[in-house]
Amino acid sequence: MISQVPFEHGLILAGALFALGLIGVMVRRNIIFILLSIEVMLNASGLAFVVSGSRWGQPDGQIMFIFILAMAAAEVSVGLALVIRLYHLYQSLDADRASRMRG
Amino acid sequence: MRTLLWLIPALPFAGFFVLAVFGARLREKGVAAIGAGSVGVSAVLAILAGISFITSPPPGGSWTQTLWTWIGVDGFRPAIAFYLDALSLVMTLVVTFVGFLIHLYATEFMSDDEGYSRFFAYMNLFVGSMLTLVLADNLLLLYLGWEGVGLCSYLLIGFWYKDPANGSAAMKAFIVTRIGDAAMAVGLFLIFMNLGTLNIQEIMQKASHTWPRGSGLAVAAAALLLGGALGKSAQLPLQTWLPDAMAGPTPVSALIHAATMVTAGVYLIARTNVLFLLAPPVQAAVAIIGAATLLLAGFSALTQRDIKRVLAYSTISQIGYMFLALGVGAWSAAIFHFMTHAFFKALLFLGAGAVILAMEHEHDMFRMGGLRKELPVTFWTFLIGSASLSALPLVTAGFYSKDLILWYSWSSENGSPWLWAAGLAGALLTSIYTFRMVFLTFFGERKKEAGRRPGRVMTIPLVALAVLSVIGGFAELPRTLGNMPVFSEFVNTVLPPVKAAGEAQSAEAAMQVVTSFVSLAGVYVAYLLFLRKRRYVEGLAATRTGRALHRLWFSGWAFDWVYDRALVQPFFWIARINRDDFVDLFYDGIAWYNGFFHGALSLTQSGKVRWYAMGIALGTVIMVGIAVVLL
Repeated sequence: MISQVPFEHGLILAGALFALGLIGVMVRRNIIFILLSIEVMLNASGLAFVVSGSRWGQPDGQIMFIFILAMAAAEVSVGLALVIRLYHLYQSLDADRASRMRG
Repeated sequence: MRTLLWLIPALPFAGFFVLAVFGARLREKGVAAIGAGSVGVSAVLAILAGISFITSPPPGGSWTQTLWTWIGVDGFRPAIAFYLDALSLVMTLVVTFVGFLIHLYATEFMSDDEGYSRFFAYMNLFVGSMLTLVLADNLLLLYLGWEGVGLCSYLLIGFWYKDPANGSAAMKAFIVTRIGDAAMAVGLFLIFMNLGTLNIQEIMQKASHTWPRGSGLAVAAAALLLGGALGKSAQLPLQTWLPDAMAGPTPVSALIHAATMVTAGVYLIARTNVLFLLAPPVQAAVAIIGAATLLLAGFSALTQRDIKRVLAYSTISQIGYMFLALGVGAWSAAIFHFMTHAFFKALLFLGAGAVILAMEHEHDMFRMGGLRKELPVTFWTFLIGSASLSALPLVTAGFYSKDLILWYSWSSENGSPWLWAAGLAGALLTSIYTFRMVFLTFFGERKKEAGRRPGRVMTIPLVALAVLSVIGGFAELPRTLGNMPVFSEFVNTVLPPVKAAGEAQSAEAAMQVVTSFVSLAGVYVAYLLFLRKRRYVEGLAATRTGRALHRLWFSGWAFDWVYDRALVQPFFWIARINRDDFVDLFYDGIAWYNGFFHGALSLTQSGKVRWYAMGIALGTVIMVGIAVVLL
């Protein structure tokens, strides 16, 4: 028996990763980094699923992770296309410059 | 003929609907044919109805044609029904016939106006409403017509709506008459509450059974109806709207504000004569108001510069004579004066319209003059109308009707020497201001070239009305001059006869001589003052009292000023200070908070993605926090 990583540690790691990703989304202005941070958040939640799945010995957690991977792939392809359009429009990757609303 | 009675008011209404719907697509000729034609056919029908009414008088002296029940609520069943008797027949004939002549005149007068079809639509609506008023067999239908003519008066005074002054004159007319109409509506409620019916004939019968002479309810009912009549007929103290109503086109002034609508009050009082006989104080008030109005308006007419305003004050003054006659119980004399007045005053307005058109819309008489040679037909017809208005003896219609009123104001039971003296002074004023107008406009030196001459279509009504202004009076010859009271015998089948104190015939003859002398003297005074010795009148006007009186009379005895200070300004003041009352504060508060939250929330829509992400994160934290704390 390999000694298992304790369940709580896995969740704490997932929470820390999620928080890092969220902070990245909020503080970064470069849109590529925002996308990367979203990826980190997605993987953090995926990790939480996997850890919980192994805690209860259920396969659902891993199935959810595969779903998340598929969704992340789709998101990245759309997101990168948007990034290219954005760069063409504004000659910049700054997300804040893409604001045209005058609220 | 009896079954066709409904067509008389229906035809002008039909004309109105056709013009209102298709008027914009018709050419001027088509509009004129429909507008004048509908009233013309209705005049022919009225004449036919009159002939068959006189040749085979119906039993009871009236026809009633009930079309349908208007409203049917437990015991309250006013019908759409027309009632033709001697009184409403006279009114119908005058309204349709004079109305047709004025429509005919207007087809030329209004040509090339951009609102040509709108004008005739309103005019037809007016004639239809007026005929409804006159022929109604119950007071509710009468009130419908009463409001209808008020609406048309408003629409036509403000016909040239691009000038704001015309619009405010129209509103003034509407609001002032509305005060009277409100009193009249209350009167109708009172009558229905106490007598349980609005049918005029039933009211007449029931009132004399239920109310003793001089009882409080009878006085109240008569006084409230009188209120309506004062507003509509521009008598003291509600007379201020009529001079301003001259802002409308001249045919409108002739039709509505001289010949027909403004005499609706006279008709109402004559129609409900039993109520007024039951209320002697109100009847006395009618006489006094009439006498006061005819004097005040006569003085005002003396000082006006605008030819149409002279005629407007003169109309107020002549309706004062009619009220005087009603007040002393000379019902038939009032209706007789209504008829002759409709002829000569319509003629004078139409003549004034021709002058105004020739002077390129100049209304000021002091800038006219010497038009006698240039507009001969207008001059002669205008002269005939003026003679009739001044009641020049023997040859004019106005003489016979005014003489009758003056005689009864002296000799009837309710008459008094004071009322007679007021009427006589009014007669002197009438001929002075009338011939002042004639001399200033048609005599003297020429000040401006006459432009457009009236064509044939405008001339025919002038001549026709001039003929009527002369021969109209022969319908009633007093006992000193032939003794053929055809008109009053006819009308007295409906109206009560005059209760005369039985004065001798010689007294009547003497009085006629005095009246004739007074009216001729007025003409001479006008000739002296305004044609021969202008410096007299100029000197008179230059003195201190002269100037003050001139200003007072010119402004119509400052009634407008007083009403403005006493009613209009306080009303505006109350409206202004009341602008922020709590109801307004509440609704303003709703608006303000909406604006505030709109501003606050729109700040969040910055378009910055990171802020949105932060918002989502914050919201999640708060929701999760709440869940953790609560669960």
